[in-house]
This record gives sequence, C-alpha cells and structure tokens, in this order.
Amino acid sequence: MDAKVIFLILTFSISVLGMLAFVVALIQKQVLVPSSAAKSIFGHGEVGHSELDAKGNMSEQWRVLDQSAKVPILLFMVSSVLWLVLGSVLGLLVSFKFHAPEFLGTEAFLTFGKLRPLHLNIIAYGWLSPAALGVAMWLVPRLTKVPLQNVRTLFAAGVIWNIGVILGCVGVLFGLNDGLEWLEFWWPFDILLAVAGAMVAIPLFRTIYLSKEEHLYVTMWYIICALIWFPVLFVIANSHFLHSGVQQAIANWWFAHNVLGLWVTPLGLGIIYYLLPKIIGHPIASYQLSLFGFWGLALFYSQVGMHHLLGGPIPTWLGNLSIVMSVGMAIPVVTTAINHHVSTYRHFHVLKDSVVLRFIVFGAMSYTVSSLQGSLHSLRTFNYVTHFTHWTVSHAHLGLYGFTSMVLFGGIYFALPRLVGRNFKHPELLNLHFWVAAAGIIIYAVGLGIGGWLQGQELQNVNGSFEQSVTITMPYLVIRSVGGTLMLLSHCLMLYNVVSILRPEKNEVAK
Amino acid sequence: MKKAYIFVLGGTSTITLSIFLFVLAPRIQVSRIDSEAMSAQSPYTENELKGRKTYIDSGCIYCHSQQVRDPIAGADKYFGWGRASLPSDYIYDKPHLLGTMRTGPDLSNIGSRQPSRDWHHLHFYNPRLLVGWSIMPGFPFFYRVETSRESPKDSAIRIPGKTDQWIIPSEEAEDLVSYMMSLKRDRDPIKASEAGK
Repeated sequence: MDAKVIFLILTFSISVLGMLAFVVALIQKQVLVPSSAAKSIFGHGEVGHSELDAKGNMSEQWRVLDQSAKVPILLFMVSSVLWLVLGSVLGLLVSFKFHAPEFLGTEAFLTFGKLRPLHLNIIAYGWLSPAALGVAMWLVPRLTKVPLQNVRTLFAAGVIWNIGVILGCVGVLFGLNDGLEWLEFWWPFDILLAVAGAMVAIPLFRTIYLSKEEHLYVTMWYIICALIWFPVLFVIANSHFLHSGVQQAIANWWFAHNVLGLWVTPLGLGIIYYLLPKIIGHPIASYQLSLFGFWGLALFYSQVGMHHLLGGPIPTWLGNLSIVMSVGMAIPVVTTAINHHVSTYRHFHVLKDSVVLRFIVFGAMSYTVSSLQGSLHSLRTFNYVTHFTHWTVSHAHLGLYGFTSMVLFGGIYFALPRLVGRNFKHPELLNLHFWVAAAGIIIYAVGLGIGGWLQGQELQNVNGSFEQSVTITMPYLVIRSVGGTLMLLSHCLMLYNVVSILRPEKNEVAK
Repeated sequence: MKKAYIFVLGGTSTITLSIFLFVLAPRIQVSRIDSEAMSAQSPYTENELKGRKTYIDSGCIYCHSQQVRDPIAGADKYFGWGRASLPSDYIYDKPHLLGTMRTGPDLSNIGSRQPSRDWHHLHFYNPRLLVGWSIMPGFPFFYRVETSRESPKDSAIRIPGKTDQWIIPSEEAEDLVSYMMSLKRDRDPIKASEAGK
C-alpha cells in the first residue's frame, strides 16, 4: 500500500480516537465540571484563608501528605538548584564571550561552542526538568489526598536522571555530541533520561489509582499529560536512525519546541494553578475556562515547532500549519491568563504578605507576555525580521526564566519549609532573591529583545552588510551580561536559602 | 483511576497526531524530493566528515546557519550567500546542521565564497587578524606557532603583520577547512527531466 494512504488512514484513526476521548469526557461530565471542584484543593476551613509562606503558618492537616516522599523530593529540588547555579555560571561566561571574544579563549574546553550547549542542556535537563518534577510530585499527594506511592522508584528516578545529565555534559566536553540543538547529549546517555522520566510516572499513576477523590484538579491534568508527553518526545527525537537531512531539522525543531510546550510549560502552569489559589485563599476565577486552556494547549502547542524554520527549505504547508497553531495558542493563553490574573487582581493585597505569590504572579504574567509574543513573531512578517537573531534568545529566556524558573523558585520556596518542617532562617533573603531575579530578567529580555530586533532589521537590509548586523548588537550584548549577572547573583542567594533551611538548628538537634 | 484515563487518552492522541504531521509526513514528502539524482551535492569525503565532526564539537552551529532564505524573507541573496536552499542540498547531511542563529554569517556556500585555505586557517587561528569587527572566538589550540625567518614547513602560513611568526595547522584544522571548502550549495539542482524522472 502507498505510504500516503497509510498516513491518511492513521491520521483519520487518531482523529477518531481524539473524538472518542471527547465523547467519553462529555459522558463523564469532564467538559462542564462543577465549579465546586475548584475548591477541592482546600482543606477544612481553609477557603478564605491564605496558606502563607515563611511565617510559621504551616497547616497541620497537610503535614503527613507533604512529607510522604521527603527524600526523593529533596533530591530533585536540591540537585536542581545546584545545576541552576552551575548552568547560570556557564550562561554568564557565554554572555561575556559575545562582547569579549578573547575571554577564556585559549583552551578548547572553555570555548564558546562548548559552554553554550552545556548552558542550555544543564538549564533544561539539570535545572528545569528535575525542579518541575520535584514541585509537581510534591503536589501530587496534596491533590490526591493519598501519600505518595513507590517512593523508592521516585528516588531511583532522581538518581538515574542526575547521572544522565552528568554523563551527557561530560560527553559534550569530550566530543560525544549528537550535534542537534536541545539534543546534544549522546544518545546512549539520553536513554537514562527517558527511563528516569518514565519511572516518575509510576508513583504518579499508582498514587492516582489509590485516590478516592471524585475529581482530578486541573494541576493533575497537566502533570499526567506532561509525564506521558516527555518520554514519547524524547525517545522519538533521539532515535537518530529515523531522521536525516531537512527532515531531521523538522523533527529537531518539532522536539525543541515541544519540550518547552509539552513538558516544562504544562508542569509550570500546573504549579501556578495550585499555588496561586492556595496562597490567595480563594478558588481560581473560572474553573470551566481552565478546561479550554488545557485542551487548547494540548492540541495547539504540539504543532507550533516549524516557526523555527520559516523561510528555510521545509514544505510550505508545514510552516503554515505551525503558524496557524501558534496563533491558535492565543486561545489557551488568554483563557489561562484570565484565570490567573483575575484571581490575582481580586486579592492583590496578598502579594504584600507572600513572597512565594510574588514569584508565582511574576511567572504567570511572563507566561502571558512571552506566549503572546510567540504567537506574534510566528507570523511571517514578524518572523522574517526576528528569525536568526538574539530576539529569539530573549524570547526563550522570558519563557524559561521569567515564566518557568520564577514559578519553580516560588514552588520550591513554598514546598521546602513544609517538607523539612522548619522555616527559612532569613525569610527576607527570599524577597531579595525575587527582586534581583526580576530586575535581571527584565533587563535581559528587554535589552536583548531590542538588540535582536535591530539585528533583524539589518539582516533585512538589501543595501546593508552583514557587518552592520553584528556591530549594531554590541551595546545590547553588554546589557545582557548585566542582566545575566543579576540573575546569577539571585541564584547564589537561592543556594544559600536552600542550604540554610536544610541544616537543622542547634537546639533542634537536641530535641 | 477515576478520570485519569481521559487525560491519558486525550494526551496520547494529540501527541500522536503531532508525530504523524511533523515526523512521518515530512519523511514521506521530503524523502521523495530528496532523490540523489536531483541533488547537485556529492557525498562528503572522509576528511570532510572528520572536519564536520569538529564543526559539531566546536559548536559552530550556535552562531552559523546553513540555510539560505528566499529573497522575500531576508537579504540573504544580497549578502552573497547564494540561491535559496532546497531539501536536495542536504541529502548527505546527518546530523543536519541548518542552524537557527546568525551571530555569524550563513555558511551554506562558504566554500565558493571564500576558496582560500590559508584565509580559513588564519581566520580560525584568530578571526580578528582578518576581520576587525568579528566577535567569533579564535581556535588557537588547533595550531602550532613557530618563530622562523623562513617557512618552517610546507603547510605553514605566515601571520599577517609579522615577519617571522608562522602557524602550522593541525590535522583537525586541515579537516575543518576541508569541510568549509566542501560547502558549495550554490550550484543549481539537477532538473527532474534531466535526472530521468
């Protein structure tokens, strides 16, 4: 049979399967959920009260659930913070090399081309993934009202994941490099990450299985799907024998955008959907809307990747499909934005009391901004200017730092005191972390965004030269280093905060 | 398990749809265009492949693209980067090195644009010897520097502005430059009629 026919039949079957899921969802009353479900995250007498952080206001009714998987959750969180500091040191070195190309340039392992992939992979697989998994899996017992199951499996997954990242990084230094952006780790090491990712799903599904909750809260939808999506994406993208030439470039960017859209983003959004209402003390503005947000993300975000190759030698229909889907992303983004921002607006004063909420709200705002920016610059008119420039780098940092990292900072700061049963020694340093990081990312994203846009204008200038596109960016590359320095400083503060809460007080040991 | 299976089912079907559209469909469509008969490219030699590996390990892709856009999308053509790229230009590329960043210029046809091996060697040794405004890192560790009045070796290249300083390329540097030389994606593709289609 012709390959095209098989392809058509399969696409049709999948659509039918999706329809079936929708019908089942209708029957199961998942499409219009009772808005009382939005209150399921609150315990007895908790509605209207803020679950505050760092103020000794730790609710006793969650204690058993919060500490049911203490060791593995700590492993995920602490290792991720260590990777964060290392990854941002590398990021800053790379940033310096843009305006000081001779800086640390005499050794092969310190060149830009080695440190740049290490920065990206350490941040993506060393910091973002385990930190998001740590916070998400910490929330699972709270959401299912069941202590986390298969704690040892989760611990093993954390160990295997970290070994995978270490081996992957050492490999890149010594020339074991698959040569694809976002997929540099040598494929045998990637197997470790895929296995560990799949292993995290075991405690998740076992815990859900034992749950007696009538309804799964929106955060769980995102966690469930993220843990299905990641191993599938990662295995297909790393099966290098499947891909070659232009088709490999297509698969490469299909993966690279999906690892953000279907892995880091859903986990980050899920965490916002829990922590925002929990700290405010009121359910999210509209629970029905969150369904649109979720299914919209699942459908649209999985197909946006080709806007990274517009103008290149890819089939036109693929580019157009991704543009349509990128613009379609505005639907889940706006619905999610309404939910988040209306909830915040109604209870704005809580921001004064809660540092964690500041991180979460900053993250939610960055998600709205960077997503709408993404929809906009997927349009050909914008894309032709911004493609191949620092604008993309600025956008990526707004998404992965302004949104995801800020949410994870907040999530870790919310979870740690409840996990170890004591408060931060210097809660004011959490606040300092917030402001330094916020200033850093704003300087970074705005500065580099402007530089990238000017660079893009020069790359459009038929009477210009390539030289102008380089020289015009120079001041903005320096500004980027300023922003990056602030970000690194804030991470050092975080490392201090995390280490200090882990060390028991002297009198506490005596107890 | 309650209602978790709705999300398992729905999540699986959206990702499967996306795999069909973005992994399998391009494979079916592009591989048809990708016939060897149409491509103006020839397979890389052993040295060029070694140079290509050095290109990957040195992270050149993070600043250099190897894809030329149609004039409607950018000034690529006016910078002398050649005609718009075609899928058939990449049939020997595995892994692909299309790149998505232009901190440095596009390299699709660098072999045609800059055919001097000596220029490449000096440029790799220290880009600012030849291009004052360049922010590319140098690769001095690929070269040995010798002081001598006369050329110490056939492959030695005198550093501009110095009378007695020479760089001697390592094997890695020679292979990398061979790879640069092989990048000539400005030749016209072979028409389908001539390719016997």
